[in-house]
Amino acid sequence: MTAAALSQTRTIERKTARGGPPAPGPRQNTGDRLFFILLRSAALLPVLLILVFLTVLGWGAWPSIKTFGWAFLWSANWDPTDGREDYGALAFILGTLFSSLFALAIAAPVGIGVATFLNEVFTPRLRGLMAFLIEILATIPSIVYGVWAFFVMVPWVEATVIPAAHWIFGPKFFLFRGTNGFSLFSGGLVLAVMILPVIVSISLDSIRAVPCTYREAALGLGATRWEMIRLAVWPPARSGMLGACILALGRAMGETMAITMVIGNAQSIQWSLFGPANSIASAIALQFGEATGLMQAALIELALVLFVMTLLVNLAARALVSRLAGAKGVLA
Amino acid sequence: MIVNNAASRRWKNRLALCVMVAMVLASLVPLVSLSWTLVSKGIGAVNWQFFYHLPLATPRGVGNAILGSALVLLVATLVAVPVGLLVGLYLAHFAQDRMAGPTRSLLDVMSGIPAIVVGMFIYSVVVQHFGFSALAGGLSLSMIMLPIFARTTEEAIKAIPPTVNEAGLALGLPRRRVIMRIVLRSAMPAVLTGFFLAVARVGGEAAPLLFTAFGSNSWPSHSVKDIVTFKPLTEQVASLPQIIYEYAKDPRPEVVSLAWGASLLLVGMILTIRLGTNMYIRYRYGKGGA
Repeated sequence: MTAAALSQTRTIERKTARGGPPAPGPRQNTGDRLFFILLRSAALLPVLLILVFLTVLGWGAWPSIKTFGWAFLWSANWDPTDGREDYGALAFILGTLFSSLFALAIAAPVGIGVATFLNEVFTPRLRGLMAFLIEILATIPSIVYGVWAFFVMVPWVEATVIPAAHWIFGPKFFLFRGTNGFSLFSGGLVLAVMILPVIVSISLDSIRAVPCTYREAALGLGATRWEMIRLAVWPPARSGMLGACILALGRAMGETMAITMVIGNAQSIQWSLFGPANSIASAIALQFGEATGLMQAALIELALVLFVMTLLVNLAARALVSRLAGAKGVLA
Repeated sequence: MIVNNAASRRWKNRLALCVMVAMVLASLVPLVSLSWTLVSKGIGAVNWQFFYHLPLATPRGVGNAILGSALVLLVATLVAVPVGLLVGLYLAHFAQDRMAGPTRSLLDVMSGIPAIVVGMFIYSVVVQHFGFSALAGGLSLSMIMLPIFARTTEEAIKAIPPTVNEAGLALGLPRRRVIMRIVLRSAMPAVLTGFFLAVARVGGEAAPLLFTAFGSNSWPSHSVKDIVTFKPLTEQVASLPQIIYEYAKDPRPEVVSLAWGASLLLVGMILTIRLGTNMYIRYRYGKGGA
């Protein structure tokens, strides 16, 4: 190493120092500046899109908003007959809520149970197999679930579930009145199957994040495996599991094709599990195609209501799940 | 007393484990039932003509729906990929920017919009003025693809160590070159993975296509003149998810069987994309990917 080489290094150092940090700065050339303007404007696109989205739907729904006002939300009368048109969303809002909450009531315990079992009891190889199967469950399109539910699940519900429920509780019990396979029950059940993978994978992430020392401490104190799960695994994973459930609820509320094929598509409020009901998404799917005028506006307002409902649920879920670093892939 | 207590704790443990085993088995019932029906009912409908005949020809086929799905997905890709790349690059490189936070949350909002509402939105914006078309269908799918692809692109680029960026800059390359030629290229496998997962997600969507691409029983126009003028994009087209929905409710058993065949084909295609991508991830990044 000569003095010349050393002094050269120093010059380079000085040059870099003068060049400043590589972040966008005064030394950008024109091409770079254009490139960054392009990137910045691309980032505005989602913002614009959402604005356009809200404007367009608001504009489309305006006739209905103007005609029915807030009553739209709590009137259950949906009458497209010419001359006495009257639209209220309550039956559909309740249908969406009931079917997705029913789905959650089934899928949440099962999903959390499966996730717990996978992580705490299964051998790694079986865990991999099960994770693979759950992923297949997550990949199957909604419409295929719909066809399956239409041809397989609904007949099974009619032949087995309804008689069993009537045999146990009697046909007059308020939840189980009716004998229709195309019902809230079938809709909720198919939703449960569809949201199960979401619950399992996110719960699994949050259970995995529980430090092993917790488990060892519980076992070391003489806990059985179940006590370990209950005392050391579930409490720290609770917020993640709750987030998983709320996220799944959001999915269930927006789900369309599968539930459209089995929920029965009634226009009135359904309090029994075995009677035809309707959800916002399926009402839109079935009626928007030939709707015009005020009915179209009412359906667009329904869509806005659904959007707000899923948005609120998703925000709640995100607040809970975002604490979990590993869950991002599942959210996408 | 103490002994009794220990026994009851053991029993409780066994009971809880049994319940969980039952849950695992119960969660597999739908999968087994679905795969069994899908294969047993679908395989009968699939023969060579199934792939290139029209639904009304004899023997019946879903050739136009396969082509239509490809067309719609192509449009969705052409729209969502460039935009998603730019948005992803922006989010990865300007994480401190004032707009980064809002952009990211609005992407999340977008991914939460129910598919049917997306279809309705595109109907109001495009279809009401220009009629049902493959273009409208593709646009609605691109709206679902965009948030997924943008976020996975962002993650992919963020995973590239900053030293790669710095090395490029040290060579005196302009920043755009460093980003496009070096950083993006190193992130390409992960970006592609995100792309394929987004396609697998969107390829099975029927809800946004109902009011946009609508459906059709014939081939898209395919004379040379029509193709040169992009006429097929402006016509309504059938797509696999949409014909499944339509044909499953048909009273004729041979049409229903067509729906089963199309379901089998659709699931097969999507599973191939998805599982192929996952195998690639595992091969490339070792265990624990995805």
